Formats: sequence, structure tokens, C-alpha cells
Amino acid sequence: MPSLEYYIILSAILFSVGVWGVLKSRNAIVAFMAIEIMLNAVNLSLISFSSNIKLIISGLIQALPADQVPALLRSSSAYGQIFVLLVMTVAAAEAAVGLAIIISIYRAKGSVNLDDVNIMKW
Amino acid sequence: MGFNWILISPEIAVLATGFILLILDLFIGKSRGFLLTAVSFIGIMVALWLNYQNYSIMGVGFQGIVINDPIGFYFKIIFCMGTLLTVFISSTYVSREMKGMGEYYVLIFIATFGMMVMASSADLITIFLGLEVMSIPLYVLAGIHRGRLRGREAAMKYFLLGAFASGFLLYGIALIFGAYGSTNLVEISQRFLFSSGFSGILTGAGMVFLLVGFGFKIAAAPFHMWVPDVYEGATAPVTAFMSAGPKAAAFAVLFRLFSVFQPVISDNFTTILWILAVITMLWGNLLALSQKNIKRMLAYSSIAHAGYVLIALTVGGRDGISAGLFYLLIYTIVNIGAFSIIIFFSGKNEKYENISDYAGFGYKYPFAAIAMTVFMLALAGFPATAGFAGKYKIFVAAINSGFIWLAIIGIFNSLVSVWYYIGVVVSMYMKQPRDESPTVILSMTLMVAVLVAFIGTVYLGLFPDDWIALSDWAGSHYSWASIVGSLVR
Repeated sequence: MPSLEYYIILSAILFSVGVWGVLKSRNAIVAFMAIEIMLNAVNLSLISFSSNIKLIISGLIQALPADQVPALLRSSSAYGQIFVLLVMTVAAAEAAVGLAIIISIYRAKGSVNLDDVNIMKW
Repeated sequence: MGFNWILISPEIAVLATGFILLILDLFIGKSRGFLLTAVSFIGIMVALWLNYQNYSIMGVGFQGIVINDPIGFYFKIIFCMGTLLTVFISSTYVSREMKGMGEYYVLIFIATFGMMVMASSADLITIFLGLEVMSIPLYVLAGIHRGRLRGREAAMKYFLLGAFASGFLLYGIALIFGAYGSTNLVEISQRFLFSSGFSGILTGAGMVFLLVGFGFKIAAAPFHMWVPDVYEGATAPVTAFMSAGPKAAAFAVLFRLFSVFQPVISDNFTTILWILAVITMLWGNLLALSQKNIKRMLAYSSIAHAGYVLIALTVGGRDGISAGLFYLLIYTIVNIGAFSIIIFFSGKNEKYENISDYAGFGYKYPFAAIAMTVFMLALAGFPATAGFAGKYKIFVAAINSGFIWLAIIGIFNSLVSVWYYIGVVVSMYMKQPRDESPTVILSMTLMVAVLVAFIGTVYLGLFPDDWIALSDWAGSHYSWASIVGSLVR
């Protein structure tokens, strides 16, 4: 298995791609897809941190008695894994509301281009 | 292993009220407006009462993810006040402009539930979930008026930038998880001693990302781009709601985070916050000077007010937190008061939103104009109004902690702000009225809201001692993560 750094670097690159996509795209749907890439970059780093939990809390492991270590490892790595599930849930809820809003703009204007959303200046 | 439901009883009351309203809306016919308002009022009162009962049972619950401490206690009062006033100012507006949509109140209550969860959570996961529970109803609320095209635009801008900000926030949380292997803030604060070599960098980067994410929510410059458009596009009661509670909720989390991570983040963060506060105040005040639309003007003014609270965040510690809490309470009351008068003045379909439209209103609607004058003076920070007490406390806290220049820039900024707040008063009293004038619609509930906000503004300006004592008490628990054990009485 590649070491932790590769996953973190990949996740940072994915996150930057997402940010760049949001800032650059002129289409609301594409901007929203870029936001989803950002969220998935976060998921990737959460999962990779959580599978390398031993490395992260190595200092704490040395300080604790040996019989408490397995429980600590389990609970610490569970934080990251559960958080990923919650992030996916929230992303789905956000998509439901966001796409509805984008559809309502499309009905009003016949376009989802962000340059057309200009009654008020940005 | 107790779940300790009693600690989150105010949250449960608010959420239950939301669900009751959702079901009730299906079964009632004509008298919806009154019934929905009455149920909302009772729900908020129950939540306030339960919060008051929780005064004596501080502590943590749900395996440490929920905390009921003085800071959370105080913020829950702020949110309940904001929601109470919002319900009153929306009541007739919703039945008039939107044919009495029941889901309006439901969304308000779910958003309030999210804010309360944010203020009372001791875990980054719960903070994130609270933030989303607050934000998603707000995206819908921004565009809830279907006949208002500007509202749809506002919803879209708010949604895209809000989701963008939550991405940053999540990345910050992931980095902090990577530094300490936990998302629980109390656990994290106990692991500082055993941190590994790279956790310093990860924490610093994570806090920067968290600051960007919450910077969007509190409307700090340079993350404020959405604020003027969303405040102008959304209907006035929604704008009033958005400008008060969500901002306070994001500040609640920032106060908590910075007091936990104080030992491990470098002093550069004080400089970052310092610069952020100055830019936010300057940008908000200077752009507010040139606004014609009153909602847009109040949007820039809300950016400036976020800057004043950022001073309190920069100061930090006991003084900073108590000044910030007190300021947010005052800002909630005064700002919703100002918006209630805007709802009154702007007439049907919010046709009259420009400051120049209010010419001559000082003689036509004397009582409303007096109330508006007091709210504007309070926002500007005139003595004998609540705004003065709040600003005084923040600047004194800044000076006592050695941030002399920050206090001077803040005072200079509030002098600048007098110009555009007085502009509204000048327009009401000293300009020639126009021929066509809006048909304003007065209602009991709106009058109650104005009256409550007016009395609150004057009372907190003249006799702020009780509330200052309460916020000092909350501020003295600034190191909340290390005293969790001693909270349980």
C-alpha cells in the first residue's frame, strides 16, 4: 500500500482542481460538480488518515498502557470513517436543494450560465 | 454512557415545533397565518424556558459530542430572540405576499435548530452537521418568494458560494483530524501533549481552512461577495433572519475553536484575525456609504458589524468572548428591529426599497420613524442606545488587551458609519415627500416586533448591567474544553 503522503497529496490536488473549477466555470451545473469534487477530495483524505491512524496518534499510543491501545485505535479511526458517511449524506441533501434552485433559475431564464444571473451585480 | 437528553432539550423543542408546524400546515384551512404564528411563538417560548432550566445542569452529553456550557447557553438565548422577532415580523408578510406558506416557518425553525446545534457541540462532526442543517434551509428561504426573480438569483448565489465554503470547512476538519486522530474538541485538547511532528503544520493549515469556511458564513471581507446580493434579493423578513442568527452561530463556533486551539496555533493567527477585522470593517463601511437601496446598505453594514465582532475574536479570552457575545445579542435585536420597519415602509411587493423613497415619512408615520431613528442610531453606536454599550465593551476589551490600534481603527470606522445611518434619518425627516406614496400595511404582530426591539434597544442602552454580567459569566468559561469536568454540578 502506498504511504500516507501520496493519498494526502492526491487529495490536495483534487481539492485544488475543485476550487479552480468553481472559480473558472461559467455554468452553474459545472460549478456544482466542482464542489462535489472538493467534497470527495475531503473524503479521500479522511479515509486515508483514518486507515493510517496508528501513525497519527503514535505519541499517544506510547503514553498509554498496552491494553487500552486497541480500543483507542478503533475509536479514533471510526471518527474519520463515520464522518465520510455523513459528508456523503450531506452532499446528497445539498444536491437535492441545489439542483432544485438551479432548475428554478433555468425555468425563469432558459439558461444556467452564471453570466446571465445578473439582475443584481455580483 | 448516558445520552443526557435533557441537555439538548431546547434544541429538541425547536425541532419538534418545526415538525408540528409541518404537519399542522396540512390540516388547517383559512386561519393559517394566526395559528402558525401562535404555534411558533409557543415553541420558541418553550425552548427559552427549557434553556433557562438548563442553567443549573451544565455538562456534556452523548459521549462528549454535545456540551451545554455558559457560552452555548448565551448563544441559545440570542438565537431564540432572533427567531422570535423573525416570526413576528414574518407573520403578516407571509400571509400577504406568499399566500401563507406553512413551510416558511418550518424552514425557519429547522435553521434555528441547526444554529443551536452549532453553538452547543463539542465535536467537529456535529459542528459541520449543525452548519449544514442551518445552511440548507437558508438557501431555500432566500428564494422562497416564487414571484421574485431576484430571490431566485439570490438563492443560487447563496447556494453556490455556501456549498463552496462548506468544502473549505470540511477540508479544514479533515486536516485537524489528520493532526490528532480525533474530531472531538475536548479529546483533541487532551492530545496536544502527545502530538506527532507534522501535527503543527496540519493544525495551522486546518485552522486557516476553517477560518475561510466560517469567514463566508460571518460575511468577513474578502469572503463577503454574496452578502449584498443575497440580502437584497431575499425578502425582507428572510434577510432579517439571515443577518442575525447564522452570523452569531458561526461566531459561536469560531470562539470555541480559537479558545481550544490557542495553545498550539502560532501568534501569526492573531495577526491574521487583526488584518481580517480591519479589512472587514473598512470594506463594509466604505461601500455602505454609496448605497441607495436600504437592504443593500444594511448588508454592507452587517459586514462592518462582523468586523467589530472580529475585534472581539482577535482579543479572545475572557474579555473578548464576553464582549463578542454581548455585541451579537444587541446586533440581533437592533438589526431585526430595523428590518421590521423596512417591512412596514416598503409596502406591497417590497416596491419601495430605496432610501430616497422614505422622504417625508417622518411626519407621515411618526412612531415608526422614531423607532427607525433609534435603530439607526443604535447601529451607529450613539450613546444611550444599545449599540453604544456593545461597541464600548468591545473597544474597552481591545484596549485592555493591548490592541490599541485595532480599537482606534474600530472607533474611526464607527464614526464613518454614522454618515450612512444618519442618511436614512435625514431622508425621513428633511426631504420633500414624493407624490406617489406606498400603501403601508400595519399589523398587530409587526407592531409587537417593533415594540419589543425598540424596548430592547433602549433598555440595553440604558441598563445593560444585567446582560453584561451574564456575558461576563459566559466569557469567564472561555477555556471551556479544559473545564468540562467541573461543569457538571
